[in-house]
Amino acid sequence: MPLQTATPVAEDVAGADAEFLYTLNFGPQHPATHTTLRLILTLDGETIVKAVPDIGYLHSGFEKLGEDLDFNQYVTIVDRMNYISPVANEIAWHHTVEKLIGIEITPRCKYVRTILAELARISDHLLCVGAAALDLGALTAFLYAFNAREKVYNIIEATAGQRFHPSYTRVGGLSADISDEVVALIRDFVKTFPKVHGDIVRLLNRNRIFIDRTKGIGVLSKEDAISYSASGPVARASGVVRDLRKDEPYLAYKELASAFKVVCGKGGDCYNRYLVRMGEMLESWKIIAAAVESLPTGPVNVDLNDKLTIPDKNATYRSIEGLIQHFELFMWNRRWETPVEEVYGANETANGELGFYVVADGSGTAFRARTRPPSFIHFAMFPLMMEGHQISDVPAVLGSLNIIAAELDR
Amino acid sequence: MPYLDTLNAKFAGAFTTSAFRDNARVSVGADKAALVLFDLLKCLKDECGFDFLAELGGIDYMGYPNATDRFCVVYGLANLTTGERVWVKAFANDPDPELPSVVELWRGADWMEREVYDMYGVRFSGHPDHRRILMPSEYTGHPLRKDYPLRGYGERHNFPTVTRADS
Repeated sequence: MPLQTATPVAEDVAGADAEFLYTLNFGPQHPATHTTLRLILTLDGETIVKAVPDIGYLHSGFEKLGEDLDFNQYVTIVDRMNYISPVANEIAWHHTVEKLIGIEITPRCKYVRTILAELARISDHLLCVGAAALDLGALTAFLYAFNAREKVYNIIEATAGQRFHPSYTRVGGLSADISDEVVALIRDFVKTFPKVHGDIVRLLNRNRIFIDRTKGIGVLSKEDAISYSASGPVARASGVVRDLRKDEPYLAYKELASAFKVVCGKGGDCYNRYLVRMGEMLESWKIIAAAVESLPTGPVNVDLNDKLTIPDKNATYRSIEGLIQHFELFMWNRRWETPVEEVYGANETANGELGFYVVADGSGTAFRARTRPPSFIHFAMFPLMMEGHQISDVPAVLGSLNIIAAELDR
Repeated sequence: MPYLDTLNAKFAGAFTTSAFRDNARVSVGADKAALVLFDLLKCLKDECGFDFLAELGGIDYMGYPNATDRFCVVYGLANLTTGERVWVKAFANDPDPELPSVVELWRGADWMEREVYDMYGVRFSGHPDHRRILMPSEYTGHPLRKDYPLRGYGERHNFPTVTRADS
């Protein structure tokens, strides 16, 4: 496939040097990319003169499917966008849909969603930090991180019945309430996590090789971070103080605002992004610890009479109201009534601002379900961060940006 | 909203406003968008403090209730100091939907505009690297348009067959 760069490389550098440049194809299948993405690197020796990302290998039309599936069905698709922290995507999607319809979810639902969103953040950061260290040769940290992620998966499994793609949220609530067993698992995780975190900190924070490979690599200045629309840990490591959990509090973050702080860095390099992620994990841990102890009782779904939530099996089979509501929500030409309006809702997920722009035409299916994917926006900065560095810095920068190709291409 | 006074002073009559939930919107119709959109966004960025382009996405309003223009590009701006957001909607119509590119204002618009072009066929004049981004470069359709079918066989049949000899 002919892939042209915006300006031919030969014009960028002095003519005589041009013949010494050569092009290296990196990916789409390469162990250091972790996911399916391709880079076309123009090299001068080992120095990268130009990096051109070529994406789209995992494009599978998620947004087109969002115009066909209803608000509850599409949750199975958003699950698969950032598959490292799927619950966070579900929560962001239903946050937007509930904003559109105008649903105020119950306090217990808010807290359960908050806990799961923070568990997802920890799980995402653990993978990012672990895999970034793995690419730089530190295998042990990766194993510690994955051991802790296993615990998060166990909690998700006990909560929703599935480990990887739980499809747990529903319009106006959750597919099931959490049991006491889940609360016990979360308490256990809260107890054990600081040790894992400390282990990783001790393995990496003062590790000479790790610091040499990450400090001063892939620097993103504050001005560039703003200009390139960076969000989440990538922006905060560059000194942009922006966290939607504090700026536009949603779920239970308003009540839990005193439990956590926003972690920021100044350097904007890979090491800073690593430190911000490590710091954020501890803050998430504090949120979970505070939320699980003040978990409200009561229903997780909004009132059945609102005709928004799926009735449980008992109500469906034993009461006429439940049966009718079940029927109404599952017949393709019924489902929810929505305003003929459009709304944007965003959550602070592990990678950054994950937003959905939903246009509704009155039916229970989105007319347009635009995703604001943080990976896509962060990968656009990759050439800027890469130029002038060595080829061995590619895995370090890729790992610190945490590019998830399924979200990148959707 | 103080930015509305600034916009009214400079672009009176060129835009309409609306709001839903916490989204405040400024809409620029298809007849004005090509001329005033860039200046309006520049004014919002430089004079009203909306320095962050949080989101840029396309919408195809074909068949939408009471829609007058077909394509729409939504610019989600945020003020990093106050946290305020504003949504600018710019419309474009067939046969040649085109809007000014804002890559000059926000570098982050680069890939997002390429995605809108790829998915909807809306061109952005002045874009430095106007190519498809997700679909292959030989692709002819624009998949997120409402007249593009969800199911069925399509352009794949038109792909040239690559043999071992010429690969």
